[in-house]
Amino acid sequence: MSTPVLFAYWVAALCFILALKGLSSPKYARYGNLIGAFGAGLAVVVTLSLHGLGHRWFIIIAIVFGSLLAVPAARLVKMTAIPQMVAIFNGVGGGAAALVSITEFVRLHNTDTNAAASAVVFTAIVGSVSFSGSMITFAKLQELMTGRPILVPGARYVTSVIALGALGLGIATVPASSVPLLVACGLLSLVLGVLFVLPVGGADVPVVISLLNAFTGLTVAASGYVLDNTLLIVAGTLVGASGTLLTQLMAHAMGRPITGVLFGAFKGGSTAGSTAEVTTGDRAVRSAGADDIAILLAYARKVAIVPGYGLAVAQAQHTIRELVDLLESRGVQVFYAIHPVAGRMPGHMNVLLAEANVPYEQLKEMDEANPEFTSTDVAVVVGANDVVNPAARDQVGSPIYGMPILNVDEAANVVFMKRSLRPGFAGIDNALLYHPKTTLFFGDAKDSLSKLVAAVKSL
Amino acid sequence: MNNIGLLTIFMLSVFVGFEVISKVSTILHTPLMSGANAIHGIILVGAILITGDAHGAVQLTLGFVAVVLATANMVGGFVVTDRMLEMFKGRKPTPSSDVVQNGGAK
Repeated sequence: MSTPVLFAYWVAALCFILALKGLSSPKYARYGNLIGAFGAGLAVVVTLSLHGLGHRWFIIIAIVFGSLLAVPAARLVKMTAIPQMVAIFNGVGGGAAALVSITEFVRLHNTDTNAAASAVVFTAIVGSVSFSGSMITFAKLQELMTGRPILVPGARYVTSVIALGALGLGIATVPASSVPLLVACGLLSLVLGVLFVLPVGGADVPVVISLLNAFTGLTVAASGYVLDNTLLIVAGTLVGASGTLLTQLMAHAMGRPITGVLFGAFKGGSTAGSTAEVTTGDRAVRSAGADDIAILLAYARKVAIVPGYGLAVAQAQHTIRELVDLLESRGVQVFYAIHPVAGRMPGHMNVLLAEANVPYEQLKEMDEANPEFTSTDVAVVVGANDVVNPAARDQVGSPIYGMPILNVDEAANVVFMKRSLRPGFAGIDNALLYHPKTTLFFGDAKDSLSKLVAAVKSL
Repeated sequence: MNNIGLLTIFMLSVFVGFEVISKVSTILHTPLMSGANAIHGIILVGAILITGDAHGAVQLTLGFVAVVLATANMVGGFVVTDRMLEMFKGRKPTPSSDVVQNGGAK
């Protein structure tokens, strides 16, 4: 490749570093993303105009086709479905990286060195796992399948055997230089990706997306080695490293080691056990209508709003803001308590509330919110469950034990807005629902909030 | 490039990757993951290169699929990240950068 092309690749690599840097600070995040897009665009244009590139128009048609698929999907997706969208884009990236080095192997398999062939095998395994694993996370988040961990008896042995099988085929591929062996290895890895993600519990899925994202990054880096392309190595490794760190940060926000998320926390049917031991049975819950709750809120001094996934699903962010504004105009002090993993992804609630232009000063992160609950009159939990479940603090055997929670049970009154008594995404019962100071307000979050707004107005 | 050169690049990239995002605030976890996701869409460059050298229907088909998937990853990734970050605009954070800590009771 000529020097100008390599220089353009160097600029692109620099853009990616600046992009990641920008994306980690609230002030420059949007610029960061634009810089990254610029770098990527530059590298693609330069590659397309390479002298002697074959099938140029064929490639451009493929790019147009891919953009026509992706852009409308990315623009039109609802805010609640963004995690799934990220999972899909990550999966296809992993698939593309695997295809790139497999194609290169098909083209040149006689002349490959062992090192390059090993890199091909690495991309075939990791890229395939990333592809099929991401598709399963998509299915879980889109609720095409249950969000609960799926535990098949003996699944761990099956997974281990398949992993060893894929690895064995991969190792055999290198000296034999055999395309059929490589394809078999890739196909087995697709199965492995499915088995890898199936046992992960719903609330942990975002952590897994982040991990698969790091996997795809490493796959891209390995493809870069196969093609002897420095830009792919740098970009892929950057994503691999930052993705790994981000995965750890996310797991840390849930108070669990990453191995616990992947293998430990939900093993051995502990979820089923904990639900059975505290069956809903005949325990009484107290529920109330909009008028009662409106009075409770309007005459409180201090109210905490704890948003969760239910708020996102109902698209009730504007309605909740209306209610909060109304309460504030009556002199009630209101704050939002944001759990880092409320919703389906870290930061999900911040994005949602930002859409409704909720002032920054009203948002409190967990560490800041928790000391406030003892002096709070009413904590209103809107469509959240696991992030306020005291079992995470008190019940040693619970699958979510150890996860930091919002201590809403320290508030004088707790109002749960829920569609039903169904447990949260993690599938764990919440004793706080049956506590004497808890009032339930059944219904869709948006309907319930509209009713509350009307009821407070008429007071 | 020789293997040691590539290994050096790899090693330095690992450290840079760790370093640049080590101070990310929680509210940016999701956009950062999505932005990193878009960056590995750069595999599109690899997909273009292999398709450009492809011979025969099998290689061309594989190349076509790789280009389509990689484009979806890159373009879709940047667009969806921008949409998320759009939500942050029009907000008036307090002058210092760690706005969240400063947002106490009014």
